[in-house]
Amino acid sequence: MSLELTDLSKSFKDDTVLDGVSLHVPEGKTLVLFGPSGAGKTVLLRLIAGVIEPDTGQIKISGMDVDGVAPEDRNIGMAFQNFALFPHMDAHANIASPLTAQKQDKSAIQAGVQALAKLLKIDHVLGHKPKELSNGQKQRTALARALAGKPKILLLDDPLRNVDAKLRFEMRLELPRLLSDQNATVVYVTQDYKEAMAFGDEIAVINGGVVQQIGTPEQIYLTPANVEIARLFGDPVINFLDVTPQKDATGVFALISDKRVDLDAGYSHVVGQDCSLGIRPESVLFVPEDHPGAVPVTVEAETPLNEKTVNLCLTARGREIMASRPSGTDGPAIGAAFVTIEAANALLFDKLTGALIEPTDIAVKGKVA
Amino acid sequence: MQTTSTFESVLRGMAITVIILFFMFPIFWIFLMSFQTNETILRVPPSPFFEPTLTNYRSLISGRLEGSTATLEIAFMSNLYNSLFLSVTSVTVGLLLGVPAAYAFARLKFRGSEDIAFTLLSFRFAPPLLVLLPLTIYFQQIGLADTYGGLIWVYQLIVLPLILWIVRGYFEDIPADIEYAYRIAGHGFWATFRKIALPLAGPGIAAAGLLAFIFAWNNFIFALVLASADKQPVTVGALAFITASGINYGQIAAGIMLSIAPTFALALYAQRYLVEGLSLGAVKG
Repeated sequence: MSLELTDLSKSFKDDTVLDGVSLHVPEGKTLVLFGPSGAGKTVLLRLIAGVIEPDTGQIKISGMDVDGVAPEDRNIGMAFQNFALFPHMDAHANIASPLTAQKQDKSAIQAGVQALAKLLKIDHVLGHKPKELSNGQKQRTALARALAGKPKILLLDDPLRNVDAKLRFEMRLELPRLLSDQNATVVYVTQDYKEAMAFGDEIAVINGGVVQQIGTPEQIYLTPANVEIARLFGDPVINFLDVTPQKDATGVFALISDKRVDLDAGYSHVVGQDCSLGIRPESVLFVPEDHPGAVPVTVEAETPLNEKTVNLCLTARGREIMASRPSGTDGPAIGAAFVTIEAANALLFDKLTGALIEPTDIAVKGKVA
Repeated sequence: MQTTSTFESVLRGMAITVIILFFMFPIFWIFLMSFQTNETILRVPPSPFFEPTLTNYRSLISGRLEGSTATLEIAFMSNLYNSLFLSVTSVTVGLLLGVPAAYAFARLKFRGSEDIAFTLLSFRFAPPLLVLLPLTIYFQQIGLADTYGGLIWVYQLIVLPLILWIVRGYFEDIPADIEYAYRIAGHGFWATFRKIALPLAGPGIAAAGLLAFIFAWNNFIFALVLASADKQPVTVGALAFITASGINYGQIAAGIMLSIAPTFALALYAQRYLVEGLSLGAVKG
């Protein structure tokens, strides 16, 4: 079943939580709602579930307007961030609750709960009350309960938020398979960009009750709509350097530490304008001194982060840049070094508004030619 | 680990002893009095040693007070039965009306809900005597004076606000997500109320019911004015112990013991429910 939200708004008293949100999730796809806390993600899920009503706007499930349809009649499964297990029922009864609502007979309920519990490895604690379960077990129980009714739409509200790092890592691997087995349309809320990139067919970045960008994980990562989104996606965080693009006979460029860094020719329309140059740490490469366009830096520190190693460098004007490279490759010693910046992966943002500046079409054509 | 010095624990023990003595001694003394005759009760100096007798209880249960000069018929047992009937029925009616109302006030924020809830609480502000005079006239006109039904209705003034406000707090403490989860799982509004809200607010409902029972049981003024002899509860019936021929302390003591017994037993029984399950372990904060 597809899910379509049109121009949804919701305010609590004078506080506008959602302001004109429109989203479309095709059948069987996963949409990740990504954004900081207080962005309105949870409220959006509750609107879809029908436990609160939107002020304006429309929610369509399979093309049908669900305005006025009670939550119990929407065929939705939901896992809450705080689990929201029924404290007076054991894990079995918790998971069985969607099945009892469907008035299935006892043996069918028993079989359904057992199968899910086995899949999620909680079959040994089915007799336990929620307060006797570990956080990981609670999280799996909540997930099993959301899946039990075989809902066509699954709402997952940051289900990995309250579990420890090891379990979160495991679940990141297991969940996508579990979700695709369900063949459900999924809306997944998270604040973790890695989860967002791993689970989402599409990601909707939501902030301040407004959808700021919708796109595939690659689109969001490679062309973030603004400085904030660029900062939220990526670890280590993207580097920003204040630059003023300039132009001469050979093309558009910016000066970093008085060294020329070539930019896409399509940026000629922002020449002379104050900009932020966004450079992913993996696009900062260490090179020998005689490399064309080499920028002198001082390497201050080195931090190994599992599969990659991050160097903190200072430019001649004292600005910090992070450079990351795969661990095990040759890196610079602490002290003077030279870097080059891959212009193709550099992003240019408006200094004032923070919005992404796209190279103009003409330039793209010129590049192809 | 926290260590408690011997001195501290001795001091604590003494403090607890003093408090228990202070609160329990009168009841203990009444308990002793209920097994004595007027002569042993009134001797000087008083002594806890005496020959116990069951005559007080016997005469109360048989309804015949053997005074020094004459025999007096009193309806103590029927008073006790009236108290029990009035309190149990009032609390039952109060719970049936108050619990759903409390849920509505807690969960469904409708226009004027706060005002209505406050108005209901304000019934407790007015001195009962203020209400009683007009109420008596009304009751006489509509034929409710001196009926169990009328009394139970008036008792709602005591019972209903109490239940409403206590239980409402408990409903508000249930995380809304738990109820949402049950709805989304496919259960309707009423099923959610019965299977989630009621059990989770259970300790609160028990506490409110118990308190309401005690308040109803101890009520004096409504029953005094609105009920005639055959509908009177013990609180009013106890006046009969003050007779022209004197006050029979032993029988009063026995009457007190009998009339606190139900509330006492109820409190002992319910305290298990009041303590257990007060914490909800399912939601991480």
